[in-house]
Amino acid sequence: MNRSMPTHNLSIFVANRPGALVRIAQAFSRRGFNIESLVVSPGARSGFSRMTITAKGDDAGLDQIIMQCSKLVDVLACRKHTDEEVVARELALVKLAVNSAERGEVLQIADHFRAKTVDFSDTSIVLEATGGSEKLDAMVELLRKFKIVELVRTGKVIMARGEKAT
Amino acid sequence: MSESQLTGAEALILMLEKIGIEIIFGIPGGSAIPLYDAMYKVRKNMKFVLARHEQNAAHMADGYARATGKPAAVLVTSGPGATNTVTGIMTAHMDSIPMIVITGQSVRAMLGKGGFQEADIFNLTMPIVKHSYLMKNANDLPRVMREAYHIATTGRPGPVLIDVPKDVGTDLCTVSLDGDLDLPGYNPKPRSFSTETLDKIAAALAKSKRPVIIAGHGAALANADKALREFAEFMQIPVASTLLGKGVFPDSHPLSLEGLGMHGTAYANRALVECDLMIAVGARLDDRILGVPSMFCRNAVKIHIDIDDAEFGKLVQLDIRCHGDAKEVLEELQPRLQKGDTAEWLETLAGYKKKWPLSYSRRGGMHPPQVIDALTKLTGGRAIVATDVGQHQMWAWQFYKCDRPWKFISSGGAGTMGFGLPAALGAQFGRPDDLVVAIVGDGGFQMTMSELATAAIHKLPVKVFIMNNHYLGMVRQWQDMFYDERYSGVDLEGNPDFVQLAKAYGILGLNLKRMADIPKVLKRALEHPGPVVVNVEVAKHAEVYPMVPPGKPLEETVLEHPKRKKGRPRKTAAKTAAKV
Repeated sequence: MNRSMPTHNLSIFVANRPGALVRIAQAFSRRGFNIESLVVSPGARSGFSRMTITAKGDDAGLDQIIMQCSKLVDVLACRKHTDEEVVARELALVKLAVNSAERGEVLQIADHFRAKTVDFSDTSIVLEATGGSEKLDAMVELLRKFKIVELVRTGKVIMARGEKAT
Repeated sequence: MSESQLTGAEALILMLEKIGIEIIFGIPGGSAIPLYDAMYKVRKNMKFVLARHEQNAAHMADGYARATGKPAAVLVTSGPGATNTVTGIMTAHMDSIPMIVITGQSVRAMLGKGGFQEADIFNLTMPIVKHSYLMKNANDLPRVMREAYHIATTGRPGPVLIDVPKDVGTDLCTVSLDGDLDLPGYNPKPRSFSTETLDKIAAALAKSKRPVIIAGHGAALANADKALREFAEFMQIPVASTLLGKGVFPDSHPLSLEGLGMHGTAYANRALVECDLMIAVGARLDDRILGVPSMFCRNAVKIHIDIDDAEFGKLVQLDIRCHGDAKEVLEELQPRLQKGDTAEWLETLAGYKKKWPLSYSRRGGMHPPQVIDALTKLTGGRAIVATDVGQHQMWAWQFYKCDRPWKFISSGGAGTMGFGLPAALGAQFGRPDDLVVAIVGDGGFQMTMSELATAAIHKLPVKVFIMNNHYLGMVRQWQDMFYDERYSGVDLEGNPDFVQLAKAYGILGLNLKRMADIPKVLKRALEHPGPVVVNVEVAKHAEVYPMVPPGKPLEETVLEHPKRKKGRPRKTAAKTAAKV
């Protein structure tokens, strides 16, 4: 998919049944949408799941996908949200190979982004950071001058602000 | 037998009966034996029909539903038994046909381990079902069967598949068969159209001088034929029908423009070019009727009424979307309507009907439209006609005139060759007292002709007319028109003697080779009390017109083949044919 396509946030509330995830994923893949991140977690009601999907693609295609997802038997709601309408967070774990000489600067960067050190050894350090995707991008960028051994991000989760439903 | 001692398989069969299934089409196999055993033990009134191929079983269930409005069940085994139904399921899905498909499956412990006859049919069919289930617990079966029927038959109908591992069928089912549905995400009757939307539609209609209605399958499925007729007559709006919408508005009605699109009438297509308002009622506006989507009804206000809002704006930019059941919408719209003035428009269209009537070549032998014309006359348009896919299908659509819905059965969205014969048999099972005719081509017929056995065994008096041109005719027509006559893979050399073939099944076979014999042979076939196969030897190079060449707008509807000159290569029709 074209990199210049806009990124969309979708939140899908779905009955937790076998096959629901595949049906939703098919609605995206059939229309050539690339899913950038996908988070599935239990909803507030038991037996239901919340999916947060970020995907790139044109607006008309996205509207088709929302309608196709909405009509799936297991889907209760499928909504798109702009960045402004929602609180958006993700979590990143970064494992760096650092020696004692580099450690100080790494911790300084971590401190600036309010990242926590969750694992520490002679030769490595694991940082945990939460926040908006742009903040995590910026931190990872600064850390690139050190040796990043592994990077794991959860993908974005979103919640509508105020009384609006997610 | 008390319900508490039922096996899962027995519960499933009893549930089929309880939810109202009247007929099962299928073929057994290893994983389906418990289901077939249960059918032997607990089935009461449901009929079982042993098909000769699982695809045919699905098509028969499909034809049954298209003739009666009620779903039938398909019962097959795992692996190839299940995958053979795929074409039938996809055909039903594309055309919004309710169907309950039950597939046997390997035992639960073997799932995903590549056991004998294991196919992951649940995932394989996901894009072509309305919904599906993989059963893991026999106690879920009563609820799932109810849900399956509810989902298949409500809203926009469609096929539902239930995959049943062998040991789920043999486990005991200890719950009540009268359980509730649990479908929190399913809303079959959306009523999201508002009175404002209806007012907007009424206002647009009142202003319009050149309106056109497109009537689709959704109007038939919603039983909106009467409401549609009242709407069209009150407003004096002409009606064009899609292939699957045939009959929902009477072909013989003065306001009827008949079919539209690729092989629609020239006057319907011209009406769409010139209209200032288009209102689609339960038609999904697919590529076969649009020509070029961006040029479709370019200068018109475009209104779309559909029960499935995912159909809105797929290919055509709309002005008004109305999400709801076609009948409810039309009935609530009716009191808001103000008569417009369409007299001049109807006069213009009457001129087009005179100028460009449906016609066909009479050279080079007998032509299918001649036979179909005669069939309309002999049956008074009262027969149920099932078609296969190809040239004969388009001719049947054009020349078989019918005035009621649920009478014309054809694979529209999927275009499944081989559909015609089994669909006709399914229709005859559902409508035992009606005359059922199958109009098929020699290509498609040979894909599913093993089902002649079913016709013979059940003494189904279906009349099969094979329009035999010894070609895959529609592809040959395209190769003729757009590929400089490079006929590639279309010659059906080696066709059997269809009359002898019918005889081999104990069925009456007739030849129709001369135009003069049409009335005599048709009469003989229609009067015969049992099944009949008529081999109709038709002109080898006949072509279907009008035609909108692929990738062209409706403005460029081609009326006839360019004049052919002996000894010279023909020019392609798109360049030289007379245009609308």
